Formats: sequence, C-alpha cells, structure tokens
Amino acid sequence: MTAMTMAQALNAALRDALREDERVLIFGEDVGPLGGVFRITDGLTKEFGEDRCFDTPLAESGIVGLAVGMAMGGFRPVVEMQFDAFAYPAFEQIASHVAKMRNRTRGRVPLPLVIRIPYAGGIGGVEHHCDSSEAYYAHTPGLKVVTPATVDDAYWLLRDAIDDPDPVIFMEPKRLYWSKDEATPGDRRASSFGRAAVRREGRDATLVAYGPSVPVALQAAEAAAGDGISLEVVDLRTIVPFDDETVVSSVRKTGRCVVVQEAQGFAGVGAEIAARVQERCFHSLAAPVLRVTGFDIPYPPPKLEHSHLPDVDRILDTVDRLQFDDEPDVLHLAREAS
Amino acid sequence: MPVGTHDQTVDDLLPAVVPVRFVAEDGTAVEPPEGYAAPADEQLVEAYRRMVLGRRFDRQATALTKQGRLAVYPSSRGQEACQIAGVLALREDDWLFPTYRDSVALVSRGVDPVEVLTLLRGGWHCGYDPATTRVAPQCTPLATQTIHAVGMAEALRRKGEDSVVMAFIGDGGTSEGDFHEALNYAGVLRAPVVFFVQNNKYAISVPLAKQTAAPALAYKGIGYGIRSEQVDGNDLVAVLSVLTEAVRHARTGGGPFLVEAHTYRMDAHTNADDATRYREDDEVERWESADPLPRLETYLRGRSLLGTEDIAAAHDAAEAFASRLRDEMNLDLETDPLELFDHVFADATPQLREQRAQLASELED
Repeated sequence: MTAMTMAQALNAALRDALREDERVLIFGEDVGPLGGVFRITDGLTKEFGEDRCFDTPLAESGIVGLAVGMAMGGFRPVVEMQFDAFAYPAFEQIASHVAKMRNRTRGRVPLPLVIRIPYAGGIGGVEHHCDSSEAYYAHTPGLKVVTPATVDDAYWLLRDAIDDPDPVIFMEPKRLYWSKDEATPGDRRASSFGRAAVRREGRDATLVAYGPSVPVALQAAEAAAGDGISLEVVDLRTIVPFDDETVVSSVRKTGRCVVVQEAQGFAGVGAEIAARVQERCFHSLAAPVLRVTGFDIPYPPPKLEHSHLPDVDRILDTVDRLQFDDEPDVLHLAREAS
Repeated sequence: MPVGTHDQTVDDLLPAVVPVRFVAEDGTAVEPPEGYAAPADEQLVEAYRRMVLGRRFDRQATALTKQGRLAVYPSSRGQEACQIAGVLALREDDWLFPTYRDSVALVSRGVDPVEVLTLLRGGWHCGYDPATTRVAPQCTPLATQTIHAVGMAEALRRKGEDSVVMAFIGDGGTSEGDFHEALNYAGVLRAPVVFFVQNNKYAISVPLAKQTAAPALAYKGIGYGIRSEQVDGNDLVAVLSVLTEAVRHARTGGGPFLVEAHTYRMDAHTNADDATRYREDDEVERWESADPLPRLETYLRGRSLLGTEDIAAAHDAAEAFASRLRDEMNLDLETDPLELFDHVFADATPQLREQRAQLASELED
C-alpha cells in the first residue's frame, strides 16, 4: 500500500505498462518532456525514451487515427486528449473507426488502444475545459467507457484498459487528479471491467454514481447518516460494460435509487441507468428512480460552476423526495408481502 | 521519434509543372521525363492484362447492381491505369489503404472478388481479411484512412520491416481535414507512406474547381515537407514509373511521397447517380479519347510487346473471370443475424448476450 494522488497512480500505471509490454506506446500533445498539462506522463519520456512516449503535432483526429494505424500494426497505443472538449475533432475517428474496426472486419482486426480524456469540471477551468462527454462515447457501440473514482482504481482500471483487447475511452475526472489515497500497484489481477463497486453499504436507498460524482455521493451518504438515513453508494467504474447485477442487487435491497452524475441530465448516462433500474427492479421500488445531474446548459464559467455541479445538498434534497413517508399501496406489493 | 529533417530543398519537394507523361494519348512515346525510369517491358504487359481484367470486373459489378445483386457500385472505369499501377508498384508485404472506389485495385492485388464485393453486396462491412491480404477495409468516410496509413507505416518502420504503405484517396477527399493531418504527421514522422490521389475531377457532382484553388493537388505536399509529383493518370507507364519511384523513396528512408494522378471518372459517382445533371457529354467524350486502355495497347503494339493473340487472351481471361464472378454472385448470400453480436467486443457484454438471446427467440417465432 502506497499513498499517492490519482495523477501519480495513473502515471504509475502507464510506467508499469510501458515496462511490462514493449508494444505499449504513449503519444499526444505535450505528453513528452513536459509530462502532459496534468503531468500524468511525467518522466516517461526520460525513462523510456522518445520512441515510447512522444509528442505529436497538435491535431486530435491525427492522434487517434495514428493510434488506429499503429494498433492495426501490432502496437498498443495509449493516447492523451488534452481536455474533454478538445477530443471532439477526433470524434469521427472514434465513432467511425475505433469503435467499428473489430466489427467491420469480423474480429480480424481488433484495436487494443486506450484514449485517455481528462474530463468534467470542478477545477475552475475556462470554456471548453470542463465538458462531461461520457454519454457520446457510451452511446457508441464498440467502445468501452471507463472512469475511475478512487486512486487505486485509477491505477488498476488503467492497467485493465491497456490490457483490454478492445478500445477503451478512459475518462479521468480532472478534479480527482489531486485526491490522495492508498493504492496497491503490484501483481496483475483479474480485470475490474464490468464490475461495479459498493463503496458504502446502506439500507434505505442506493446512490449510483461514477467518476467525479462518487466522492460527492459518499459525502452525501455520510451527511445522511447523521440524519438517520442509511445510503448505499455504488461506483460503476465502467459505464461500458455496465454492471446491471451489482446495481440491481443493491436497489432490490434498498428499494430506492438515486442516480448521480455531474453531466447535464437530458439523454445522459443517468437516464440509461434510471431506465435499467426501473426495468429490472420495479417490484422492489418504493419510489421512482430519481436523478441528480448538472443542468441542461453549456458548461458554466468558473465563477458559476458551483451552481451547476451536483453537490451534497442537491443529493440530500433528492433523497428527501424518495417518498419515505408514503405507504406503499400498490396491489402487487401488498400481494407479495402476504 | 525522429523529427522532420529539413534537408530537402523546395525544388526537391515540388511536383513537375506539367504532369509526368511517357505515352501520349495516341499511344506514341513522348520524351521521357527526368528522374523517372521506364518500367520493365514485362511489367507493362502484365499491367495491360490486369487493366483489361479490371475493366471487365468493373463492368460486371455495374451489371450486378442492375440485377439487384449489389446494393451499389462506385465505378472506377477510366481510372484503370491508376488502379493497376498502384498495385503493381507494391510488394505483397506492403500495405494498401483503399477507398470504396478502389475495388479494381483490390481484385488486381489478388483479394477474392466476392470478398471485395461483400461490402457493396451488403453481407458485411468488409469481406476479406485485412491482416492476411495487407489491405485495410475499403474506407467509406473520406480521408480518414490516410492517417491510419501513416500509423501503419510508422508501426512497420518501428518493427524493422521495410514494407511501405500506400493510401488511395480521391480529389474530394483532399479537402478533408484528416488528409492534411495525415500529410503533416507523415512529414513529421518521415513515415514510409505514399499518398496516391486519383484526381478523377469530381466529388460526386462537385468539380475540382470548387474543391481547391491550388494549381494542382500535388502542391499540397510541399506545405508538409513532402516530396510530391503529378502524373498523367491515364498513362499507365507514367503512373507506374512515378509510383515505383515514390515507393522506392519511402522504402529507402526518404519519407512520405504524394502523387497526384490526373484521370477521369467515366461513369457516374455510383449506379445511383445521374452524371448528366452536372457535366456535359462533350467533356465525357473528350476523356473517352484519353482512355488509358487503348493508349497502353497501342503503345505496346507499337513496340511489338503485344500481339493480336495476347490481346485476345487477355480478353478471354477477363471474360472467364467475369463469368465465374457472375456465377458466384448469383448464389444467394448466406447471412446469420446472430453474427451481429459476435464482433462488437472480443467478449460480448452481458447486455449483448441478452440482446442476442432476444433476437434468437424472435427468429424462432
């Protein structure tokens, strides 16, 4: 166990992957001697040379397209998009080629590559530096979409992503880069893809969250406990593949569910989760599945972002709307009870 | 990563002011250009056979659309000198990154024609194995494949292979951002890749004049530090000569090379297009007289490299090829709806397994 920041854990994962697999390459804008604007690739060019970790021209479609060609040629590129909104020039490459190559070629040309995207807000970033873009990728068949919420997960999910046979959009919550916790780099273990984690056990309701919203959900659960409400917190870890089993078993236990996401709500990942939960847990639900999200607005300027971002109060207000005082009067619930 | 060296002069990089040509439209030899070697005689004869076969394939594919056997076919009739020279300039271990209009090149490279047509037949998005054929899936989005080609070239270079990559692209595709990113990356990486622009004068209906203000598309190379050339795209001898030099340049560490071939799309964009809405008949007729096939035939006959029997044999082989293709394409295509779930990921997610089961049960009903 080593205490480190999420940024250091990601750096360690890249370093260990470079060390263990010579097919792994890192490239992107400023990832070389500078170490990336968030220093995630700090020291990698120095340790492994410019052949393994290198700066590219400033063109995101080119970065991803180059990764496609190099993955076709047997390498395992791990590329960095500097910021969420700067990844959009690469969207055609991602949606039309990264996501489809295995399918188009009937499995003959897999693309084991990772596209790292620092995403979401909460760091006082100016325009185009704080988008929550996960839904675009999660909506695209053929992509795995991963977002760590803990330091240990940052290390292991990135190792899993690099080892994965399929392309992975690895979304790094910027505001958690400097969060510090224990990490356990070491021997390989089974991939955590598709396995959500119960971060806190509870009885009264389930908060389903991912990435930057997980710590907020945990703080809300802590505050609710003071009011005598026991909240369970599920961290998805991977949006795709989605772990229905863990989410469903938690909601069946608690009977109530709130989905928490920082992204704007309309047509977002939270909407998918809410739909999946009600499709699978209808008879266990004592209240509608509710969502806590950002508003459906372009990401606000720094001095206003606190009004947009879901916080503990917004989560607790939503939990209050879970109809704890209502008596279930649905006939089938009564029948099941008898 | 090697950085772009600036040891090449502007004159080294610039294309010839007039497109390189070895054979005039009437099939007579012209003064050969400096710096380009004439291809070997036997290679030219082989090219002729392949062009005859390629044109027959193209005609057969168009016929198959009329019979409902192909959903659509983008013809490359008139561009055979480019299609065949592109393939002949490459070794088997080189890679080709083609577009949807390059089926003739794929067939010439030896890819099974039925597998080539799988995309347009609608059975799957790519019918052949890119790994074994070293032909990337025919690319429908424009210019995106050019940057893949750079990535593959860089991969080959890093693995110590002396293979090169050729990316095909059309005139319209050169307006796309990815083409420019590809040229730029290739220049910076000095990747062993040849960009081969078949300028057939139209992007569906939009003529070249609305596509660019450049004096020629070949001039787009110099801004990226890439050696470039323009060539008469209906002169097989010239196209093969220039592409052979481009491939040599890339293979021997010279970096990328951009070739623009001036050719013409004799047919409409696809069988579903109506070219009379945007171009005049006399323009098409003028290009008929520049047809690459009779030009090469006259040239080879004039040099006694091709006789009447050889020509008949080439056409017989093409007819036999077309006949086999017709028979194979007339067989009903076998598809398995459940395969739709097989190649999304290496291992299907639980959700995909559920959806597969759902479809299976729908199919049983």
